[in-house]
Amino acid sequence: MIALRALVTFAGLTVVWQAMVQVAGLPHYLLPAPTRVAATMVARWDILWHNAQITMIEIALGLVLGVLFGASCALTLAASRHARRWLMPVLITSQAMPTFALAPLLVLWFGYGLGSKIVMAVIIIFFTVASSFYDGLRRTEPGWLDLARTMSATPMRILWLVRVPAALPSLATGVRVAAVYAPVGAIIGEWVGASRGLGYLMLQSNARMQIDLLFAALILLAGFSMALYALVDVLLRRLISWAPDRMPDDD
Amino acid sequence: MPLSAPAPSPDIVVHAARLSYGGDLLFDHLDARFAGGRCTCLLGPSGVGKSSLLRLIAGLAPKGAGGEVVGSDCAPIAGRVAWMGQTEPLMPWLSARGNVAIGPRLRGEGRYDAARRRADELLARVGLAGRERDRPATLSGGMRQRVALARTLFEDRPFVLMDEPFSALDAITRFALQEEASRHLAGRTVLLVTHDPLEALRLGHVVYVMAGRPAALGPPIAPPGNPPRDLADPQLLSLQGDLLDRLAHAATDVPWAA
Repeated sequence: MIALRALVTFAGLTVVWQAMVQVAGLPHYLLPAPTRVAATMVARWDILWHNAQITMIEIALGLVLGVLFGASCALTLAASRHARRWLMPVLITSQAMPTFALAPLLVLWFGYGLGSKIVMAVIIIFFTVASSFYDGLRRTEPGWLDLARTMSATPMRILWLVRVPAALPSLATGVRVAAVYAPVGAIIGEWVGASRGLGYLMLQSNARMQIDLLFAALILLAGFSMALYALVDVLLRRLISWAPDRMPDDD
Repeated sequence: MPLSAPAPSPDIVVHAARLSYGGDLLFDHLDARFAGGRCTCLLGPSGVGKSSLLRLIAGLAPKGAGGEVVGSDCAPIAGRVAWMGQTEPLMPWLSARGNVAIGPRLRGEGRYDAARRRADELLARVGLAGRERDRPATLSGGMRQRVALARTLFEDRPFVLMDEPFSALDAITRFALQEEASRHLAGRTVLLVTHDPLEALRLGHVVYVMAGRPAALGPPIAPPGNPPRDLADPQLLSLQGDLLDRLAHAATDVPWAA
């Protein structure tokens, strides 16, 4: 039902777009008509698909590594008071810096290949994952902690068997946001310095006034990002099936 | 493994307990002795410190708490306690069985198969046979408390400390659970904090009213007969009136409420 509604919305927007281009007579190097973009997508599929694969790998690896790194940060903070005192300021500082400004440096350090894009994605997403998971780890229901303490559980066991599972819904929130931002990281990395990938392709086509190719790349990227979000969402729901998951106005 | 406490459970001896909360002295030099193998109910106006006293006995007191809590066998109480708290008792990601058998996992003891079998037995004892694999979200409030009761029995401790465990239940479920808890926990040293005088009179061998600041325990009230008592007993109802009176006084006679 949701998919159908989305389809109707997008179809409507596409029609408006086509009409706008035809009525206003916009030149294709400013705003190509959807029909032209579709034709380009078919004609240049090989180059689009080749570059899309690179970007998808960057996004997927960036997401996995960013989530792992963010979750480890949160766990370290939750497990040790010293870590909270020493690591917290570093984390906050790392986010106070505009990550976009780091991109040229990353290309310098990690090269033109996958490395710099993955690092960029990791930097962009790890903090949301870390902070939402850490929030969850701090907000364990006090009754469960009392119970575990009266059962003579060690703090480490309480962390793994009570606080971590209780914080999984919060972690999931962070991962969902991360799934949305991972493509941003990869594309920024590609804009600053790359020889392959959808971001690179978009820059190139923009410079050559091949706006239809740019749009085709953009649509491909958006499609992949949405598919990624949907996949992550479904996986998380399956994994954390016990968490209440319903809005009051759902029927 | 025996399901009831093998030796008679010792008394709980509290000596010179002291706890301040936010600069206020909740209680100081508090001495008490709760009889072994019996159920003692602790009543009092809210905020008087009865839950804090229970936490102190369980070894959950915050820093700044003082005093000595031992069993009449001279060994400490902490570590020999089964705890039933006030809030949502079950972990939602575990099945009923997983919740009952959480203790060995938290302590890092192996032998999960034996634990699982015993958990299933205890679930059957509290009337939840067939629901072993169900998650708490699919159980009613009363069933969840039954699982918590099974978990308390699973722990098989001489001391059972309960902090208003039935307060969130509707009257009929509460009534049934009081009955079951009383039956299953007989022979252990039970300390039950409640704000419901009728619950205290139904379940307690002895009832204390805690009042004042710093708080002290009033004289023990021992209702006639053995718990769980019949609510239709007129003597119980007159005692309830008496207790409500005392509680009302406890709530108004204290200096900070004047």
